[in-house]
Amino acid sequence: MKSSLKLALGLASAISASTAASTVAHAEDLTLCWAAWDPANALVELSKDFTKETGIGMKFEFVPWTNYADRFLNELNSHGKLCDLIIGDSQWIGGAAENGHYVKLNDFFDKEKISMDDFVPATVVGYSEWPKNTPNYWALPAMGDVVGWTYRKDWFSKPELQKEFKEKYGWDLGPPTTFDQLKQVAEFFQKRQIDGKTVYGASIYTERGSEGITMGAMDVLYSYGFQYENPKKPYEMEGFVNSDKSVKGLEFYKALYDCCTPPGASNSYMGEGVDAFKSGQVAMHMNFAFTWPGLQKDENVGGDKIGYFVNPKGPDGEQFAQLGGQGISVVSYSDKQESALKYIKWFANKDVQAKWWSLGGYSCLNAVVKDPKFPASQPYAQTFLDSMAIVKDFWAEPSYAPLLQASQKRFHDYVVAGQGSAKDALDGLVKDWTQVFEDDGKM
Amino acid sequence: MLNRTAENVARATPEPLARKVRGISDKGLAWLFISPTILLLLAINIFPLFWAIYLSFTNYRANRPNEVVKNLGFANYQRILGDKDIWIAMQTTAHFVFWTILLQTLIGFTLAWLIDRKFRGHAFWTTLILVPMMLSPAVVGNFWRFLYEPQIGLFAYAISFVTGIPPTNIQMLSNVSLAPWSIIIVDTWMWTPYVMLICLAGLRSIPEYIYEAAEVDRASNWRQFWSITLPMALPFIMLAVLFRGIENFKMFDMVNLLTGGGPGSTTEVASITLKRQAFESWRTGYSSAFAIILFVAVFGLANIYVKALNKVKQR
Repeated sequence: MKSSLKLALGLASAISASTAASTVAHAEDLTLCWAAWDPANALVELSKDFTKETGIGMKFEFVPWTNYADRFLNELNSHGKLCDLIIGDSQWIGGAAENGHYVKLNDFFDKEKISMDDFVPATVVGYSEWPKNTPNYWALPAMGDVVGWTYRKDWFSKPELQKEFKEKYGWDLGPPTTFDQLKQVAEFFQKRQIDGKTVYGASIYTERGSEGITMGAMDVLYSYGFQYENPKKPYEMEGFVNSDKSVKGLEFYKALYDCCTPPGASNSYMGEGVDAFKSGQVAMHMNFAFTWPGLQKDENVGGDKIGYFVNPKGPDGEQFAQLGGQGISVVSYSDKQESALKYIKWFANKDVQAKWWSLGGYSCLNAVVKDPKFPASQPYAQTFLDSMAIVKDFWAEPSYAPLLQASQKRFHDYVVAGQGSAKDALDGLVKDWTQVFEDDGKM
Repeated sequence: MLNRTAENVARATPEPLARKVRGISDKGLAWLFISPTILLLLAINIFPLFWAIYLSFTNYRANRPNEVVKNLGFANYQRILGDKDIWIAMQTTAHFVFWTILLQTLIGFTLAWLIDRKFRGHAFWTTLILVPMMLSPAVVGNFWRFLYEPQIGLFAYAISFVTGIPPTNIQMLSNVSLAPWSIIIVDTWMWTPYVMLICLAGLRSIPEYIYEAAEVDRASNWRQFWSITLPMALPFIMLAVLFRGIENFKMFDMVNLLTGGGPGSTTEVASITLKRQAFESWRTGYSSAFAIILFVAVFGLANIYVKALNKVKQR
């Protein structure tokens, strides 16, 4: 009896000891929060090296893009401790900095000799700085991204199509360099029969719920001369947001939607765009560069069948592209800030950044992207570099969410629902944005 | 013998618990037992309501906890009631509620009336008709989104087969005129069985002898329907209308899944606007005021309706 009691006690102690040990082992596990997309899978793979080096385990909380902002902004606003590290969207930086959600990284960067000069300047301004263009850093540029285009190289190179196109438009069928050319190409392919299947001109962003149509429309508007505000007088938007050039840009976006998108593409964003391109529905496809590695590898449309081009120029020759991408930040409510900072230090390392690019992430480190071998490292590498050189971003103000909601509504009402004119939409946008800034006491 | 039994019963009967707990009356003890529930209700229902009322008079934003909260008086209410977009959302909601209730009541009652005939296999058909109601709204929303797809959706192909219009031209979710109807169709498909069930209960509650008396008086079927069936089933129909009305006034999931409020704002019902203001734009004070306005509207209308329902029942 005694021996069985001892055995039972021994087992119980062993079980509780092992449970305690496992609790200790996992106590320092870091949780990294990000969107559920291809680069996140690459980061999981990359982070195994971090665990190997430091013994700190990594857990991941990935949320689909459509819920990404809702989910994580809720988490930050409620001072939740779920995320130790967060790869937050570029537009969150103002709000996250001013509301104390992110740890300011200046001292840490100084201590660890991490210099922001080592990163692509546009990504530092876009992902790390608040206020913009001041040396106040809240994130390390983690994932460079920008809106660009893919096209069906195999369709473009069909001799009969090239001949027909040249006769119709007077220039050689190829990646368009201006938006007018882009529309001509899209019109040319719209409802055309290719390999016994009806295909369409282009897939563009039209999504209503989160940020889709704003990202798409802005991607065009910038090159038409749209400006968020008077460069000499902050928050003065009249005549800039709703300038004649902006109106023309928005009219163009609607015309492109009306003439050349697949049927029913009224709520299309990144995922729907990828689906349209992968299923061979469209000749051209607007999307963030993060989608390119996956498309390049696709058996049906990848390899030699796919080509990439930078966002085309506007009517006056101006050329810009919508910035995407994110920086990685330490959440100020985390109890494991020290370990989280270790991860940032590790992630900033040149070799880690090189591996990040090789796994399908987009490094923002100059040493990686300015390497002479970089442009040839992937078929889309040069387009990515060229695109990153012309980026512009949406407001990154603390009130970015109401600003975004206003543009989503105004653009969707005009472009997709066909209500009112482009001028009405942009005048309305000035009114909405003015109201937001007045509420914030900035006007 | 009898006395001893009575004594035993009296001894076996437990003393009122209150007497054992000194100083607590039976009423007090009753309160003691229900107080956890009341506290829970206060915490999760009443407190948030009063808190929302308080917030509705402020400029509070949940995403800016460090900002000073200012009292705005009725400014939020004034702004909402003067906002054209809010009124458009209310009109969209009213359009949705009106058509869904009308269709669901007409079809639901007709189905109930048919099922009540007790034809062969009626139990099987009843079960089959109830299936949509048993599905999760998330499943139904996604399922219908595929059905409505202009390129691959069965719905577009079915309409195309009947009308000859190419399926790619039948863009239920993208077309401004069709999108509101696409949601009405789905909601009607899903919730008509619910109305049918309530109506069926009403029809089955009508005593058979009333119809027998009507038969003796040689009342026609039409007369029996208008003089017996409909008046006696009316309280049940009205109850179904009340339930569906309240549900559809706050409809969110189906609209969000099918159209997300689009195209443009054509299907943006009040609950979608409320969600956008509260959890996307983070105007907590403003959205609290909007929620209170919606609550008062539903509560007021429901009260008027319940009074009407009681009058019908008393007839």
